[in-house]
Amino acid sequence: MIDAAPILALDNVTKVFGHGDKQVVAARSISFGLHAGRTLALVGESGSGKTTAARLIMREYHPDEGRLLFRGQPMGKADAKGLRAYRTSVQMVFQDPFSSLNPARSIRHHLERPLRLHQRDLDSAQRKAKIEELLRLVRLDPEQVVAKFPHELSGGQRQRISIARALAVNPQVIVADEPTSMLDVSVRLGILNLLNEMKKELGVALLYITHDIATARYVAEDIMVMYAGQIVEWGAMDSVLDDPQHPYTRLLLSAVPDPDRRFDDTRFDIELSRIDHIRRQAALPQPDVQQVGDNHFIRPMPD
Amino acid sequence: MTQPVLSVRNLTIDYVGAEKDFTAVKDVSFDVAPGEFFGLAGESGCGKSTIAFAISRLHRAPALIRSGSQILVAGRNVLDLGDEELRDFRWREVAMVFQSAMNSLNPVLTIESQFYDVLKTHAGLNRKQSRERAAELLKLVDISPDRLTAYPHQCSGGMRQRIVIAICLALNPKLLIMDEPTTALDVVVQREILQRINVLRKELGFSVLFITHDLGLMVQVSDRIGIMLEGELVEANAAEEIYRHPQHPYTRKLWASMPRLHGAQIAAEATP
Repeated sequence: MIDAAPILALDNVTKVFGHGDKQVVAARSISFGLHAGRTLALVGESGSGKTTAARLIMREYHPDEGRLLFRGQPMGKADAKGLRAYRTSVQMVFQDPFSSLNPARSIRHHLERPLRLHQRDLDSAQRKAKIEELLRLVRLDPEQVVAKFPHELSGGQRQRISIARALAVNPQVIVADEPTSMLDVSVRLGILNLLNEMKKELGVALLYITHDIATARYVAEDIMVMYAGQIVEWGAMDSVLDDPQHPYTRLLLSAVPDPDRRFDDTRFDIELSRIDHIRRQAALPQPDVQQVGDNHFIRPMPD
Repeated sequence: MTQPVLSVRNLTIDYVGAEKDFTAVKDVSFDVAPGEFFGLAGESGCGKSTIAFAISRLHRAPALIRSGSQILVAGRNVLDLGDEELRDFRWREVAMVFQSAMNSLNPVLTIESQFYDVLKTHAGLNRKQSRERAAELLKLVDISPDRLTAYPHQCSGGMRQRIVIAICLALNPKLLIMDEPTTALDVVVQREILQRINVLRKELGFSVLFITHDLGLMVQVSDRIGIMLEGELVEANAAEEIYRHPQHPYTRKLWASMPRLHGAQIAAEATP
C-alpha cells in the first residue's frame, strides 16, 4: 500500500462544458493521487474524459467543483507567474510527436528553451552540458541530433525529444497523454522502457493516459478505468485486469485485442451481448464507491 | 485443393524516383483460400498497403508493378485487365474498405444515394430496387434501415465504417480487402465490427484480406497470417502457429516486444 501523501491529487473534481440542456460532464467527481516513483494509468475510450483529466492537472482547465492539491496545497486559479512556477514541477508529454515539436526550430532550441525559462541561473556552457546530458538520458547521441530539425528524426526519436524536454525542468510529475499510440510496435517498447527508467531513477510521479491497456500494464502499478467522465473502477493493475468487477471494465477488456483469446472464445459473451445496455447504464452518475479487493474499488452500476 | 480466390505470385512493386527506385514490395507470393480470413501484418512502411492497392489496381504512379508479377483473382490475372473489365472487376469481385471511415463516404449525399451509385452502375437497379437492397445490406451490419435518409455526418465513426462495409458487400464480392479498417475506432466498436465481419464471411462465404499493424487483433481474428518486413513476406502460416511457434527472427522479436495483458510480462531488452 501507499502511505506517503501524494505529490499531486485531484479531490472530487467535476468539470462541465456547455450550457443548459446541452451540458457535457467531462469529469464527474474524480479523485486520484500521483505518488513519487509510481505510475498511475488512466484508460478509457475516446471521449471518456481522459484528456480533460490531464488538462485539469496541467491547470489548463479550472475545476467547477472540487480541488487540485499540489503537495497538499489547494491550487486556485493560476496567473501567468503561478503557472510558470507550477510547470517547473509538472510537465506533459503529448500524443503526436509530429505536431508537438516546432518544425522550424532545431532540437537544441527545443531543449534550451525550458532550461532558459525554468533554470535561469544556468550560463550557456552549463546549458550546453545539460542538453547533452538530457539527450543521453533518453538514449540519443547528442552529437548527431542536437543540430537537427524535427523532420530529420523518426517518430520514436521525436518522442524521445519530447520526453527530454519534459525532463529539462527536473519535474516531479509528468503527464504522458498517449505517448506511444502513434508509434510502431518495435519503437513503442523503447519509449515505455524510458518511462519506466524515469520513474525508477528520477523518482518522477507519472500519469500514463492511454487506450492501450497492455502498454498500461507494462509501465503502471495502478490503473483507473474511465467512462463518460467517471472513474468506474480503479486499483492495483493485476487485480483490475485479472478480476474486473465493473460491467464496463469487463466490456472494455473483452474488446481489447488479446492474442491469447480467439474470437470464438466465449468468456465475455454476456458483456458483448449487451454492449448498448452497459454503455447507457455506465454513463449514469454512480456516486457510491465499493471496495472489492485489497486495493481495488468500483462504482457500482445501476442495473 | 480448391482454387484460391486470390493468388499473388512474385509481386514486385517499385516507387520510381528521379535518381533511384525504391522497392516497396519484393517478390511477394501468397494465396487466400475461399472463405479464408487472411491477415497481413507489419509496421508502417513495410509495403502492406501497397499490396492492397495493387490487388484492385488502385495504385498510382510513381508506383510501378514490375513485369513478372501476377495477381490472380479466381484464376484471372488482374494486371492484364482492360479498362472496361477493370470497372466490372472492382466491387463485383474485389471490394475494398479503407482506413478512414470519415473520408470514404461522400459528405453531401445521403446513405441511400451512395448505395444507389454502386447498385445502379454495377447491377442496373432502379431507385426502388436499390432502396430495398440497401435496407437488406444495412440489416446485415446491424444498422436500422431508417438510416438510409441520413447523411454521413449524422452517423458515428463506427456506423460509417459499417455502412462502407455494407456497400462493399452489395455485389457479393469474392474478396473483401480491409486496410486498417478499425484503426481510428475505439476497441469496443472495433470488436463489434470485426465480430460482425467474421459472422458474415461464414454466412456469405467471401474471403477477407485484413491489413493491420495490431498484431494481437490479427491473431484473434485471422485463420492465416503473413508477416511483412521491409517489402518482403518473411513468414506466412496459420495464426495459432505463427503466434505459438514463430520461425522467423523478426516475428519472434515482434511478439517479444508486445506487452502482455495477463501473466508473465515481457523482458525489457527485447527491442527488435
